[in-house]
Amino acid sequence: MSENALATQGVNKSFGSLIVASDIELTLPRGVRYALIGPNGAGKTTLINLITGMLRPDAGRIFLDDEDVTSLAPEQRVRRGLVRTYQINSLFPHLTALESVTLAVCEQRGVARTWWRKLSVYRDEVDEAHHILSSLMLAPVCHRPTRELAYGQQRLLEIALALATRPKVLLLDEPAAGVPRDESKELFAAIAGLPRDITVLFIEHDMELVFRFASRVIVMVGGRVLVEGTPQEIASDPQVRAVYLGKTAGALKHG
Amino acid sequence: MTTETFAGPQDFFQAQLRWHWIEIAFWLAMLLPFVLTPNYLVLASQIAITALFVLSLDLILGFSGIVSLGHAAYFGVGSYTVGLVSKWGWGEPLTGLLLGGIAAGLFGYLTSFIIARFRHLALIMITLGIGLLLVEAANSASWLTGGFDGLQGIHTWRIFNTFRFDLYGYTAYGYSLAVLFVVFLVARRLIHSPFGLALRGIRENGQRMPAIGAATGQHIRTIYTIAAIIAGIAGATLAETTETVSLESLGFQRSADVLVMLILGGTGRLYGGLLGAIVYMVARDQFSGLNPQYWYFWIGLLLIAVVVLLPNGILGGLTLLARRLKVAS
Repeated sequence: MSENALATQGVNKSFGSLIVASDIELTLPRGVRYALIGPNGAGKTTLINLITGMLRPDAGRIFLDDEDVTSLAPEQRVRRGLVRTYQINSLFPHLTALESVTLAVCEQRGVARTWWRKLSVYRDEVDEAHHILSSLMLAPVCHRPTRELAYGQQRLLEIALALATRPKVLLLDEPAAGVPRDESKELFAAIAGLPRDITVLFIEHDMELVFRFASRVIVMVGGRVLVEGTPQEIASDPQVRAVYLGKTAGALKHG
Repeated sequence: MTTETFAGPQDFFQAQLRWHWIEIAFWLAMLLPFVLTPNYLVLASQIAITALFVLSLDLILGFSGIVSLGHAAYFGVGSYTVGLVSKWGWGEPLTGLLLGGIAAGLFGYLTSFIIARFRHLALIMITLGIGLLLVEAANSASWLTGGFDGLQGIHTWRIFNTFRFDLYGYTAYGYSLAVLFVVFLVARRLIHSPFGLALRGIRENGQRMPAIGAATGQHIRTIYTIAAIIAGIAGATLAETTETVSLESLGFQRSADVLVMLILGGTGRLYGGLLGAIVYMVARDQFSGLNPQYWYFWIGLLLIAVVVLLPNGILGGLTLLARRLKVAS
């Protein structure tokens, strides 16, 4: 296995005359916690879509473990360990939490095409699903249909689904979006507690959370990567202050 | 919804597969026509066959969210296959079912590649198109299919060389019911399998499935093929028990009727489709006796009433009622 979990090379994408990704060059070493920040419309979610194959880049290549995955379909990338979550809950409303995660585990283990055997035979798969739910404090509600779960629990279920696919690289699109501030800290504590060999990149607007949980920060503006560095470097970077943070630069010193 | 507690996480899945006493009662009640209404066994047989056909649509529509307005195409392929094979001199019923299922399954597999690429409205158009194409193809190939007049000269042999298909429908109903029950058992197993869970995932949120590593297209092709096989078996059973096959078996009316029955009974519940078939076919029989000219008027009224009052179909309404009674007691 290589040092770098994920890399992009000259990734470009535009919709008509609107450039949403311009020459994106990223190298994410294994196990590092990255934050991806930038003003609205900077192309952060687009970048996640491009990396995971939900969008096709106009040019450029994407590598997972030094292997070119640019031509693979999203589900093929997921099976190789490149996994994302969504900013807006995208779950299975009528399935219970346990059913949802069991489904993801079955897909990961390649048994989801088996139609002649009972689900209850798959004890390992169900146990693993339950274990993941427990680790995210969802075990008490695992028999509830997803649509009846509290919003914060649904955000955790997003992460549980991603974990069930055994990710090597996990891209979290605003994992705490819409979650009250005190709860979002718990949510990030859960993210911080993820196995160390998983490379995590999360989009987040709350600078306090970014500075507490990220070991490196990528700043995007207008479809390009402006700068990449440690939180301290980003906080003192004059470019970042000028272009992105502007008048709220003082807030950076919080963290 | 689920307020029960389960000892272990597996028990939840175990509990889903357990037979409820109502299910057993339902299947026992299916035997009643032999005793109570022996004059209606021909109708009962047609209901059982239609129920099988509705079950096949439920697998794709109710469990996987694939809408179809041309499902009769696969039913008809099954019918014509059995009819032709019988005309050419082989009238053994069980191999007939097999051949009907295989032929419809092949056609289903081929068309599934188009089906898997689309959803919603586009699917309605495509399935409708497939159905219309097949009707006209069968109509123009009258040297093979008998065209508008239907296929002549079908003769079904005795089952196991023993049970002759009689005029009153004893054998026909017993046979259709047995086929329905066996296929139902397979379908019941299927929906409680890992694959069945994946199908429900597709129905709930098809967009999300690739993000958990699911090859959605592959799943859809598989279930569409399985549903086509079951539709073909239903069509084959009808051809064998009635010893006639006509263009009507492929037609739009049948596709529309089966959809109506499924929605009437309740989608995604296995038993909903069976119940829908029973209610619809019995109502049609009674209304047409009452008023031969205008009986579709009453069917229309029934449809509107059910959809307005019971959005989850008859079975959905019954489930709700049962739950209320339980809470009240």
